[in-house]
Amino acid sequence: MPRLLTATRRAALAALAAAPMALGLGVGPASAESVLRIVPHADLKNLDPIWTTAYITRNHGYMVYDTLFAQDEKLNIHPQMVGEHSVSDDGLVYTFTLRDGLKWHDGDPVKAEDCVASIKRWGQKDGMGQKLMDFTKELKAVDDKTFTLTLNEPYGLVLDSIGKISSNTPFMMKKEHAETDPNQQVPEVIGSGPFRFVKEEWVPGAKVVYAKNEDYVPRSEPASGAAGGKVVHFDRVEWIYIPDPATAMNALINGEVDLWETPAVDMVQLLEQDENVELAVIDPLGTQGWLRPNHLHPPFDNPKARQALLYAVNQAVYLQAIVGDPKLYKECAAYFICGTPNESDVGVGALQSHDPEMAKQLLAEAGYKGEKIILMQSTDIPVLNAAALVTAQVLRDIGMDVEVQAMDWSTLTSRRAEKKSPADGGWNIFHTYATGADATSPIANIGVSGGGVERAWFGWPTDEKTEMLRDDFAREADPMKKKAIIDELQGRLFDHVVPYVNYGQWFQPVAWRKGLKGVLVSPVPFFWNISKDSG
Amino acid sequence: MYAYIARRLLATLPVMAVVGIAVFLLLHLTPGDPAVVIAGDYARPEDIEKIRENLGLNEPLHVQFFSWVGALLSGDLGTSIFSNLPVAKLIGQRLEPTLALAIATIIFAILVAVPMGVIAAWRAGTLTDRVIMVFAVLGFSVPVFVIGYAMMWLFSITLGWFPVQGYKPIGEGFWPFLRSITLPTVALGIIYVALIARITRASMLEVLTEDYMRTARAKGLDNNALLIRHALRNASVPIVTIIGIGIALLIGGVVVTESVFNIPGLGRLTIDAVLRRDYPIIQGVILIFSAAYVFVNLAIDLSYTVLDPRIRY
Repeated sequence: MPRLLTATRRAALAALAAAPMALGLGVGPASAESVLRIVPHADLKNLDPIWTTAYITRNHGYMVYDTLFAQDEKLNIHPQMVGEHSVSDDGLVYTFTLRDGLKWHDGDPVKAEDCVASIKRWGQKDGMGQKLMDFTKELKAVDDKTFTLTLNEPYGLVLDSIGKISSNTPFMMKKEHAETDPNQQVPEVIGSGPFRFVKEEWVPGAKVVYAKNEDYVPRSEPASGAAGGKVVHFDRVEWIYIPDPATAMNALINGEVDLWETPAVDMVQLLEQDENVELAVIDPLGTQGWLRPNHLHPPFDNPKARQALLYAVNQAVYLQAIVGDPKLYKECAAYFICGTPNESDVGVGALQSHDPEMAKQLLAEAGYKGEKIILMQSTDIPVLNAAALVTAQVLRDIGMDVEVQAMDWSTLTSRRAEKKSPADGGWNIFHTYATGADATSPIANIGVSGGGVERAWFGWPTDEKTEMLRDDFAREADPMKKKAIIDELQGRLFDHVVPYVNYGQWFQPVAWRKGLKGVLVSPVPFFWNISKDSG
Repeated sequence: MYAYIARRLLATLPVMAVVGIAVFLLLHLTPGDPAVVIAGDYARPEDIEKIRENLGLNEPLHVQFFSWVGALLSGDLGTSIFSNLPVAKLIGQRLEPTLALAIATIIFAILVAVPMGVIAAWRAGTLTDRVIMVFAVLGFSVPVFVIGYAMMWLFSITLGWFPVQGYKPIGEGFWPFLRSITLPTVALGIIYVALIARITRASMLEVLTEDYMRTARAKGLDNNALLIRHALRNASVPIVTIIGIGIALLIGGVVVTESVFNIPGLGRLTIDAVLRRDYPIIQGVILIFSAAYVFVNLAIDLSYTVLDPRIRY
């Protein structure tokens, strides 16, 4: 009997040991594949970074495509796909030669004609691209590796345009794809960048997979921003979209992901307390808040009413409400982002004065008589929700009758296109924000355009002088003269136009597991150069 | 019986048609424009207009509707405005996690709730009954996401037994699948456990006072036979009904649970699509959910004939 019991026990143990195999519990052969798992700021829904300006698609663009030029962490422009380039003495002809070893993911070599077609497509879509095309007489391939860009007249932003870091970034695509109508998506994702897009593993709303492009030849210079050598240290990069911030935080703490691109600000403190997590601001330009008045309808069709907003707004109050932690924000009145060469302090007095009495006086001078102000509040984006609530109180404090209309961001983006009067379904004010990289110059910053109903961004500021100064800035190549134009333009914006009220600049930290190294300083998150401690 | 099933199946057609029309109109009359979302925050109005034109969003509403219905009748649910992928493929990618979560939740709820309800009724008025009913009230009162986060903290972060998020298909192995589905199942299942346990208790209490139960007890039947073979069988119609209602309610619960545990299922797909106004996806998913609702109800109605031979269609 004891022998039988022992045998039974042995059999039971053997069965228990085998059960995991039968149930598929075995871990299987160890995989040598190295994977970097990140939580991106949004879900990748579409794949063409020229078709859309969405930042997530721009970031996808940097994974799979490459650029002719790129900005380093100090925003200086460097060649990336271009090996050599030159400018004619009269400043009208730019000649670009591609560097050796550039290949598309399907194995074809990258040719100059691909780049010409790509620039033309981007030039139809992007604001800076359109401006460049306005000045361009001819763009043509000379041979397989060389192409030229000939201007009508000297233009100071040629390299700044084709090397711009943010949306729409001029990514190079194969000629047959680049010939697609820019308002339709390209049919396939074939780039020449450091990663290949693994389409069969793409689950929109959940996961995007990139594999290392073994054929990619990085530049020899060290990586800096979008420039330099794009050396990849992982076989795969997986973007795991986790929309719930608490879940994303827990996944990072638990080591299920390596990096979280945009930790919610109210979770930063918790993450700081975790010994396995590191936090850093990698985008020194941060984000700029915009309170956008509608220039078409009273009271904000009157410059004095818009100036009243400058006196009423106190950036510190907004930043406390939307960010909270003073380490992650700064008061900055400049239109073209503090900490950049285009930062200026001309005209900032009104925004820095926090003078509600002056605001009331200006409102009275503008003829405001208590009409209802329609303030559109986007409730699904916490930053914008908080900013709208602060503005409602600020306006009430200066005697305005405010009606806050709550809606989701999708509804707001449709409604803001309405040019009708607020009483007929239009609006007076909404809030948004721009990443610093998109607001550093008068050309990139679409919020300052004074092009009116036809050409300006929603809110439609109209000012010929502003447009003239923006054009002067585009033509000018001398940095000193450029700075003088910036000063004059900013003075004009504060004293007369007030295209929007800047409610502050804040900085989004990135969180990653300790042991991750080489995260690049840049307004765009890049996943080359990053490596993981094996220990 | 077969005529009844055929009649019920035929009746689903007008139901689905009404759902289709209502969903289409609601979506297209709701403010929001997918072209604006696609073009991005800095797009110019003319670019948005071109995208609307390319997507056919400028067509009159009835033209858009009939083109959708035409495609639907030929089995085509359409193409996502954003990802350019067929809606059927997107739903196919998301179906397994949602089905797995829903089935696991119902199994878990039945396995836990029915014995709890039976025991509570059997021990009515005792401490055991009160403890079970307190649990039922609590399970009903605490939102799914609170239970989810609490379990995540305890079982994932502190004890490290389960992953915080994500879903592993059963094809990748039973153990990874089980680990990924356990916490969401329990979090979502607790409310159904509470619901089913209360109804089971109430039904059982009613049956236990019947004359035939007294007779069975007098004949000397043991408790197991008494409770399971006689009482539970006779109390089963209301229990099955509430399970059916629970399956329908699961559609809402799944959406929250999928968000909390980051499970790429149909609930998440729907929320994302609604926020972006991806009309073809929303229409496709709601039609699928409606069809599921109708068929679950039909299955429950048919099950009555098995559970109670007196019921005939």
